[in-house]
Amino acid sequence: MSVTEQLSRLGASVRGGLADIGEATRLLGRLLVLMPAALARFRLVSDQIFFLGNYSLAIISVSGLFVGFVLGLQGYYTLQRYGSSEALGLLVALSLVRELGPVVTALLFAGRAGTALTAEIGLMKSGEQLAAMEMMAVDPVQRVLAPRFLGGLIAMPLLAAVFSAVGILGGWAVGVLLIGVDAGAFWSQMQGGVDVFLDVGNGVIKSVVFGFTVTFVALLQGYFCQPTPEGVARATTRTVVMSSLAVLALDFVLTALMFSI
Amino acid sequence: MTCGYGDRIILRDVNLSVPRGAVVAFMGTSGGGKTTVLRLIGRQLGVMSGQVLFDGVDVAGLDRTGLMAMRRRMGMLFQFGALFTDLTVFDNVAFPLREHTDLPESMVRDLVLMKLNAVGLRGARDLLPSQISGGMSRRVALARAIALDPELIMYDEPFAGLDPISMGVAARLIRELNDALGVTSIVVSHDVDETFSIADHVVFIANGGIAAQGTPEELRRTDDPLVRQFVDAAADGPVRFHYAAAPVGEDFGLRGGVR
Repeated sequence: MSVTEQLSRLGASVRGGLADIGEATRLLGRLLVLMPAALARFRLVSDQIFFLGNYSLAIISVSGLFVGFVLGLQGYYTLQRYGSSEALGLLVALSLVRELGPVVTALLFAGRAGTALTAEIGLMKSGEQLAAMEMMAVDPVQRVLAPRFLGGLIAMPLLAAVFSAVGILGGWAVGVLLIGVDAGAFWSQMQGGVDVFLDVGNGVIKSVVFGFTVTFVALLQGYFCQPTPEGVARATTRTVVMSSLAVLALDFVLTALMFSI
Repeated sequence: MTCGYGDRIILRDVNLSVPRGAVVAFMGTSGGGKTTVLRLIGRQLGVMSGQVLFDGVDVAGLDRTGLMAMRRRMGMLFQFGALFTDLTVFDNVAFPLREHTDLPESMVRDLVLMKLNAVGLRGARDLLPSQISGGMSRRVALARAIALDPELIMYDEPFAGLDPISMGVAARLIRELNDALGVTSIVVSHDVDETFSIADHVVFIANGGIAAQGTPEELRRTDDPLVRQFVDAAADGPVRFHYAAAPVGEDFGLRGGVR
């Protein structure tokens, strides 16, 4: 391959990448502008909260329970070396609320709800449903995407809260019931050590940011996918890969920011 | 006007008009640009040069509000209906009414049932799109397309993949709706018999332009080779049976050519 050919390929891929970023930014802008209009028809949003949230509830609760179990075991193993196994409740709660709750929920949310969103919108596109909507003078971004965006934004923090709550119960079950850590110490250490704004608040901020990211990536991939079976499949895969990576990277950035404040 | 996708030109320097109140059919081979004409009229696709006028207004000059107002005056029937798969038949037909009007639910109900009755599917109102046949889907989509009483209805391959009975039903519906509602109809199809039976005017599109046009009777009598091939359904003619390829002898390694 000649140098000019390589250069023109590089140029084409850079231009393509920039065009993609431009389209994504424009879509995000329109979604943000359309938010009040979507809120005004809250029925559509609440349907999506139900669809995205309720159907993810089982996987989120079960995962939360097992993560809590493991935290109870691993936490006890480490803490008892320093003779401070009564702090187990604090350790479990802080790990979940600050970190694992938002992050693991976001990863599961991407796999459970994000893929569903991408596939749904991709199939609507390939079935010409979005084009039909446009021809009926209905904006698909407003009618289809905006309610889903808001739904994901609202559902994700709620799911993260459920995850953390179930996880704490799991840690309690293992720590108190199974291992025999003092129940009073378990709960009082947790009550005393977890700060509403610093710890819970940080977790909520994270889960909102992650919900925003995962839902937007899913909608973007669905809306701009190739309207073919392979295209929808590729878009669905990309939703999981991109949103998972974005969540993990953002988690680091957010954690670093919150530490410095 | 001239139009295309990317660098590929589909239609070059085409000039045609559709008179109000008529049923006009666009015919031609698959991939020849028939559906593109529909996309141009609804401005889902822009022209490269030239103009597309709807009721005397250049669609390219419309802003978003204007475009939406214009599209509200059009109904479009997509090839496979494009029904919303998560909504029932009733809700599909009610969709444009609920989006664009503030009518009370009782009025929406009456309107939807009237439209469904016109296509003979009043009894199918509670079914989901997955529960009805292809022909029924298209009739539901037609009911949805006429929900807002459009002035122009565009049909993209309304007969493709239908059994003979459904095909006849679809053709009769197109003609009857056209005459009863006083709308203009544009039908894109490659089904000669059904299309000729309902169209007032037929335009053949091929090779990026208009190959022939006229009333169905004129076209049946024409000796234009392309139209003849189409009407007679001949395998070979101006539209080749073989996709462009190297000579047969070369591909099969024969010396001295093929007899």
